[in-house]
Amino acid sequence: MALLSKKDTNLILDPLADNNPITIQVLGICSALAITAELQASVVMAISVLFVLGVGNVVISLLRNIIPTKIRIIVQLIVVATLVIIVDQVLKAFAYELSKTLSVFVGLIITNCIIMGRFEAFALGNGPWKAFLDGIGNALGYGIILIVVGFFRELLGSGTLFGFKVFGDPVAKTGLYATGYENNGFMIIPPAALIVVGIIIWVQRSRNRALIEEN
Amino acid sequence: MAFNKENNSYTIVFAAIMVIIVGSVLAYLASALSGKIAENERFEKQQNILYAMGVNENEGGGGVNFIPTDRVEAEFSKYITEQLVINGDQITQNDEAYLIDLKKQIASIKKGETAELPVFIGEKEGNKYYIIPMYGKGLWDAIWGFIALNENMVVQGVYFDHKSETPGLGANIKQRYFLDDFIGESILSNNQLKGIAVAKGNNDPQNNIKDDNEVDALAGATITGNGVSAMIRESVNLYKDYLETIRVN
Repeated sequence: MALLSKKDTNLILDPLADNNPITIQVLGICSALAITAELQASVVMAISVLFVLGVGNVVISLLRNIIPTKIRIIVQLIVVATLVIIVDQVLKAFAYELSKTLSVFVGLIITNCIIMGRFEAFALGNGPWKAFLDGIGNALGYGIILIVVGFFRELLGSGTLFGFKVFGDPVAKTGLYATGYENNGFMIIPPAALIVVGIIIWVQRSRNRALIEEN
Repeated sequence: MAFNKENNSYTIVFAAIMVIIVGSVLAYLASALSGKIAENERFEKQQNILYAMGVNENEGGGGVNFIPTDRVEAEFSKYITEQLVINGDQITQNDEAYLIDLKKQIASIKKGETAELPVFIGEKEGNKYYIIPMYGKGLWDAIWGFIALNENMVVQGVYFDHKSETPGLGANIKQRYFLDDFIGESILSNNQLKGIAVAKGNNDPQNNIKDDNEVDALAGATITGNGVSAMIRESVNLYKDYLETIRVN
């Protein structure tokens, strides 16, 4: 590969599977539980985190030699908050509809522990290019899990995908509902996300036994 | 490295410079964009009021479609024939009544002061619509909306919006299927003004009974739903005297 060295490629690929922020590091669980009842919300959140983590990692990496150690967490927090507010304000002025969809996520992005975690663990000790790749990789790893969880929860809980009725109409009893199938209301509430994430972790670890921790 | 990063004075200077930079960037951005944002919010209010009285671009069973922003001002002045401000016993006309912030008015009522309550009267195809604003609390933050009534106190349409309800759950109060359930419901119970509750133990999920003061709740959004019920009840109560004057039976 000409553009990315092997090490750089790993920065993006590792968090997608063997070092996934949600299933392996168990970070960012809060937002994975809260907003995955619909596929659309999962996708919006994944894209937002991709942007914030990619840009934020670069900013922190550029500042890494001048940030005072004692207040580094506060500095990181301010960088995230500033980025999120800038995006929110610009969208409010030029893409009002989109900003209304996103405004709910603003608070969730600032408090997402994956973002602070990558700033602290990676961006503070590496150059901007690597930090950028690391940010993109982790955001993608996070986004994939979110989208998988959102897919199953919306499909089984509401019988829809992106709001489109996949199984027919539950009230008029058409399509699959005509056979007596019912939506599983449990999938809509947050505990269902915990179970879906748990199943993903189980599948992943039984496929790759090296990931199983020894007690 | 040129700096001693452990030094207290360095830390303070760094923090001060950072605050100044971040503060000025955000302040500049906020003031540069405030005009555009205010305009967007104004259009949005007009769109919401028109939506409640059924002036929208909804098609069949799709989603919520407002009048586009480039046409909304013209449509607003076409359909909204009167904008009133109720201040105690006095009712005055005010063409900018729709810009009144109901949150502030409710706060001054709670303090025992007088408040200015806006009402919008719309006319479409010979029918009159009385549109009143609502404001309340959801699970996480504010919820608000508009409800359009006719002289018989039957809901002609509603619009709800929220600041930060949970996506996929409480946030669905602004979905078309939830909003449409309110149309045709009466807010009267035993000839008294009551409101409409979002009910979980509803025996009428298809919403065929229009005088039970109930619509079907959203799964997984109990507290947001209760917030909607409370918001409608409080708003009807707030406008009770006015609604009694326009009521015909």
